[in-house]
Amino acid sequence: MDYQEQINIKKIKKEKTNINKKQNNYTFEISRKRINNRILLNNILKKVFSLSTVFALLVLGLLFYRIAIDAKGWIDLQFLTSNLSIFAEKAGIKGAIIGTVWLMLIVAPITMSIGVITAIYLEEYAEKNKLSAFLKVNISNLAGVPSVIFGLLGLTVFGRLMNLGSSILAGGLTMSLLVLPIIVVSSQEALKSVPSYMKEASYALGADKWTTIRKVVLPVALPGILTGSILSLSRAIGETAPLVVLGIPTLIMKYPTSAMDNFTALPIQIYYWTLDAVLTREYANLAAATIVVLLAILFLMNSIAIIIRNKFQKRY
Amino acid sequence: MKTEEIVFDVKKLNLWYGENHALKDIEFKIMKNEITAIIGPSGCGKSTFVKTLNRMTDNVSIARTEGEVLYHGRNIFDEKLRVEELRTKVGMVFQKPNPFPKSIFENVVYGPRIHGIKDKKVLMEIAERSLKHAALWDEVKDRLNDNAYGLSGGQQQRLCIARCLAVEPEVILMDEPTSALDPIATNKIEDLIEDLKKEYTIVIVTHSMQQAARISDKTAFFLMGDLIEVDRTDVIFTNPRDQKTEDYITGRFG
Repeated sequence: MDYQEQINIKKIKKEKTNINKKQNNYTFEISRKRINNRILLNNILKKVFSLSTVFALLVLGLLFYRIAIDAKGWIDLQFLTSNLSIFAEKAGIKGAIIGTVWLMLIVAPITMSIGVITAIYLEEYAEKNKLSAFLKVNISNLAGVPSVIFGLLGLTVFGRLMNLGSSILAGGLTMSLLVLPIIVVSSQEALKSVPSYMKEASYALGADKWTTIRKVVLPVALPGILTGSILSLSRAIGETAPLVVLGIPTLIMKYPTSAMDNFTALPIQIYYWTLDAVLTREYANLAAATIVVLLAILFLMNSIAIIIRNKFQKRY
Repeated sequence: MKTEEIVFDVKKLNLWYGENHALKDIEFKIMKNEITAIIGPSGCGKSTFVKTLNRMTDNVSIARTEGEVLYHGRNIFDEKLRVEELRTKVGMVFQKPNPFPKSIFENVVYGPRIHGIKDKKVLMEIAERSLKHAALWDEVKDRLNDNAYGLSGGQQQRLCIARCLAVEPEVILMDEPTSALDPIATNKIEDLIEDLKKEYTIVIVTHSMQQAARISDKTAFFLMGDLIEVDRTDVIFTNPRDQKTEDYITGRFG
């Protein structure tokens, strides 16, 4: 080790003196102090990084713990299958669960079809010019627009202009707008990851563009597209602000039977029960129980996404 | 007897990648049932040249061509010519084996399938014939439904050749088909290429001068986008006309 180091130093000295022929007294020495300082810095940074991760996890853990404590004893079959009630013991979230399912039935087909088609257009068909670059950047920007703004847009366009009020359709369309950019961006990434040599192989056999997309690009990109879609849908399930802006009520008189009916959804339920917890303490427990249900659904969806990703990941 | 039929007649072909003049006034005839090797240092335009022959350069948005490439007398840059049709007649094998992430069978029948053949029996026949032709049948006949990525690199490349043969092309363009393979796999592919010569016209880009000398009938030497010299392979390697060709094949540069 030491021997090797000496050789290296010698070599460097030699090279340096060759380069700097004029400054014959130039020498190169490895400063032990510098190396020690660097190793010290390295160790400190390692601790800082791991500490910040631990901090984030701790906060999350604390949150889960509080919710679990509050929800304890409140989640049972009765809670999942009952209607709202002013009596906390009798109250349930059946209406909210049905509403959330309805919402997904609107959001999933709309966003997945329009989103994937848009991504295919942008990645495969659109000419690479300033306009398409501008479009791409702005779709990414849209993905970062706060959800309350999408709520306002939905209220104006769907709620008032199209007169859909607080119906499932209004909520679903608003949520679709919110999720669409995310699905477009993630589908674009999935399409981009299809190696170009595979497309070339298809073109070289006389395939046209659409055949190549249908037979080669989409099958390879599908796991990525599905993963992105599921993650985006789980965002739509948890999103509250647009529904609040649209005036989605928590109390509904009857379960929705069509997309034009009024509805309520899990995050709305959580929101109003939390607000009313100042009046009736048990509402806080109901909110916590609903949060647990919502989180369970989200974890389930994300697990499915991860399973799909791992199962189909890069078989080529 | 060999018929002296011209397959490709390249006339004053120029190609630009943006500002970069990649092919300069190429004049070139490619004869039927011959193996034409294209040699030259990296970046001399040899890959670009073969990719122009079945218009794979269309996929490069900044590429611009001038001049004519006559395929059996018809200009391939003619707007009325459908590039999909051209590519079924002029197939291509790439530098890196690029099978689809599908089964071996699905890889071979991809071409016939997209051109409308649905009958399973016919497809099976095509697959068997093409794989036999590509000297791969014996190695894969028991596992046609396995994923093609389970094959070795050399087998994958022969699968790509089989896939190309399945659409029954007339010309096969090969862009350094053995550069990613070991010597044994390279040998097999070279034997295969010599075999295929009986029925196909082959244009092969190669970095290896030995390979060009071993398998080709004609050799073309490209340098900086110019076609310096094209002649019978034995002539090129024993008695080149141009000093630059001699310098290159004797290893003085490149």
